[in-house]
Amino acid sequence: MPRSKPNLELVRTIADESALRAAIKELGQRVNSALSVDDRVVVVGIRAGGEAPARSLATQLTQLRGAEVPLGFLDITLYRDDINDLGYLPEVGITEIDFPLDDAVVVLVDDVLYTGRTVRAAIDELIDFGRPKRIRLVVIAERDGRELPIQADYSAYRVETEPGEVVKVCSNKEQNGVFILKSKESDAKE
Amino acid sequence: MKRLLLRGGRVVDPANGRDGIADVLLTDGLVEAVDEQIETTDAEVIDCSGLLVTPGLVDTNVHLNEPGREDRETIATGTRAAALGGYTALGCRSTEGLVMDNQTVVRYVRSRSARDGVVRVYPIGTATKGKKGERLTEIGEIAAAGAVAISDDARCVDDASMMRRILLYAEMFSLPVFSFPQDTELAAEGLVNEGVISTRLGLAGIPAVAEEVIAGREMILAESLNCAVHLSPISSASTVELLRYAQERGIKLSAEVTPHNLLLTDAACEGYQTDALVSPPLRSEADRQALIESVADGTVAIIATDHSPCTVAEKKTEFTKAVPGIAGLETAFPLLFTKLVESGLLTLSRLVDAMSTQPARLLNLALGTLTPELPADVSIFDPEQERTVDVRSFKSKGMNNPFDGWLLRGWPMHTIVGGEFIVRDGKLTVS
Amino acid sequence: MLKNKDLLGINDLDVGEIRLILETADKFKEVSSRRVKKVPALRGKTVANLFFSPSTRTRISFERASKALSADLINITTSPSLGETLADTALTLEGLGVDLIVVRHDQAGAPVQLARNISAGVINAGDGAHEHPTQALVDVYTILKEKGSLEGLKVALLGDMRHSHTARSNLYCLTKLGAEVAVGAPGTMIPEGLEEFGCQVYHTTEEAVENADAIILTRVSMDFGNDKLLPSLREYSRFFSLNTKRLALAKPDVMVLHGGPINRGVEISATVTDMAWPHLREQVANGVVVRMAALYLLSIRGSEKR
Repeated sequence: MPRSKPNLELVRTIADESALRAAIKELGQRVNSALSVDDRVVVVGIRAGGEAPARSLATQLTQLRGAEVPLGFLDITLYRDDINDLGYLPEVGITEIDFPLDDAVVVLVDDVLYTGRTVRAAIDELIDFGRPKRIRLVVIAERDGRELPIQADYSAYRVETEPGEVVKVCSNKEQNGVFILKSKESDAKE
Repeated sequence: MKRLLLRGGRVVDPANGRDGIADVLLTDGLVEAVDEQIETTDAEVIDCSGLLVTPGLVDTNVHLNEPGREDRETIATGTRAAALGGYTALGCRSTEGLVMDNQTVVRYVRSRSARDGVVRVYPIGTATKGKKGERLTEIGEIAAAGAVAISDDARCVDDASMMRRILLYAEMFSLPVFSFPQDTELAAEGLVNEGVISTRLGLAGIPAVAEEVIAGREMILAESLNCAVHLSPISSASTVELLRYAQERGIKLSAEVTPHNLLLTDAACEGYQTDALVSPPLRSEADRQALIESVADGTVAIIATDHSPCTVAEKKTEFTKAVPGIAGLETAFPLLFTKLVESGLLTLSRLVDAMSTQPARLLNLALGTLTPELPADVSIFDPEQERTVDVRSFKSKGMNNPFDGWLLRGWPMHTIVGGEFIVRDGKLTVS
Repeated sequence: MLKNKDLLGINDLDVGEIRLILETADKFKEVSSRRVKKVPALRGKTVANLFFSPSTRTRISFERASKALSADLINITTSPSLGETLADTALTLEGLGVDLIVVRHDQAGAPVQLARNISAGVINAGDGAHEHPTQALVDVYTILKEKGSLEGLKVALLGDMRHSHTARSNLYCLTKLGAEVAVGAPGTMIPEGLEEFGCQVYHTTEEAVENADAIILTRVSMDFGNDKLLPSLREYSRFFSLNTKRLALAKPDVMVLHGGPINRGVEISATVTDMAWPHLREQVANGVVVRMAALYLLSIRGSEKR
């Protein structure tokens, strides 16, 4: 049963494609500068929004550190705290963590930090895989509205939003960038 | 002098070849006259215009469960249920555990019926002691005590030599012999008709041959002894063919069929509905069609309900543990009227013949007819009254009836036994 | 989403639902390869294992699956002759606030009747000769993982077709997914009208396994009244057992599966059992994963009602 895809219209562009690319590059440099040479660094992207940013960061950190930085992905569906209240069956994606996490420094990547619940679920799932030395949360955009005491260690944009607005980070689409969107009055349901 | 004039109804009396508008005059518990226009004084006049007037229905297969299982039904509740169904006389079978294989129980049933019953009750004794199929019942004694037929009811007499002896012996007392045609070994653990549905439900099935094998045997015995055997009840198309073959040759093989075997198939068991668990089982659509045809052409002379009330606990349990049976007295006539007569598969005359005239004839009772000087047992039905079956409103203790919720017409309006209203305007006149 | 609150039989599922369960099982396969083979998806939910008739392997499989989903588990092994009616058992479980009930019973239809009287979801873990849907899903999942698709695949079903709920469910599942099913058993062990369900019926093992891509066996014993249907297990073994000679008639890469418990030397020879061992082990591992999928999909379904 698909969710209704509301018709979204653009309210504001926070960053265009080249600005986004530059911002991610800057994020990678900031993250790396706080890492030590001895750290065993891994990058984990939270599906689905964190996949593309995680890929970019992993590539970048590999270059900066001169050694392969392993890349993994987490699907947090089975760890959601609202799994029973959705009213539909969420599609469970594949989690791929093919490397040990014990004592690793995990760079946890997502596109937008909002309520903090997704990150909470991701942390719980990560801990089931092992005991990282440290987890650093990297997001492209953060907005107000935390429901849990969770903060990003690194973010590229702080975004002010009105009620009813969503923040979207697009990396693999026709138009890439960071946008604020709002649903039109009438929702078009599929 | 007590007089009742039933005016202007459609009188259907197959015994006298009547089917038309007429008046019926009942005097002091007997039929006095049946004629187009009866003029009379000092009679209570009942306007029967638009109604069906028939001889009281007679059921040859009813389980009143008293004595023995009063939790399922009593003579009081069962006869009231019968009256509400338009029945005025019942051939009562034995109760599991306390069977009518001796004169004491037969006399008990008769005296209890006289005291508590509101319609006529005729005991049908067992053929063998305890229905075990080993030794003969004192058939002479139970006949003298009032038994009108013998039957080991839902138990097959598997031993052919035993059946032969029963037939020879019962002949002497002129008691009709009923046979339950279902070979015990072939039926084994079966519950439902052996077929695709039983396979899909994972239930053990009773193959139709279990019935045909015994029906064939009874036919051969009937021929060799030149006596009559009545199959009670039948469920399969092949048995019908056997009946035709026998009757063509003048062999005295007769049969009865239930309303549920005429209207339902094994599909009714889907979802493990225990109300469809019955013995013999509901079979295929082909069997059902053959049974309807056999009633229509008279091969199967009699329709009998096999009224078998069960307690709630007996039905609300695993299908494989549930007790087979349908409590059918209160729905029989409306069901067959709506589903078979209205649709043209059966004439009203044949229906009344099968539910009243022929059963009475089989049991040698002077009933089932509106003939002067015979008892004034009359059933009056309303062909226009439309109502849904509601098992919770049954007078029978048993609510095990798979027709709950069916919209039917032809409900009993008045039931008169010996000239007295037992049911009037659809309600019991007695408490 | 699954259409019903219960999983009572393959016959109640459409192809879409079957595929959903198998795809979800894939996701859980990854979970079982983790160090912590557990996810909190069913945390706070209670699953009851209501086993009226014993089956250690099925019960343990459901137990592992429930625990891997972080559900609380109640194990009730009861004898039906204890006297408590099915209806009362349903009421007791409702009162206990159980979310999902896994029922195994030796009487066909008992889980169906229980499900009618209770709002919790019911999974049929095997009822008499009726169905054992999760086992069929496990067998089909195991075959799919190796063969990729069931469309046109030749699958032979051997063993006690008359009394085995697993064999029935397998038949329905395989035909729904487009496989060509051949049943091989003595005439007395073939239930009435089996061909109507879309299979070829043979009275020899040889004809059934010819060119088979997969063979699924069920246990044959003298229980359930088979002492009337078969003269002896010795006779069955001699003429029907899947031995290396008969196995050679199948395709060289044939998969041999058995729902267990195996009667070595009866329906399958010891040698073939050993040859089949890798697949049998896969089957058991997949058992947990497929049952996790079933529990997960029904638990979401159930809570939607509240």
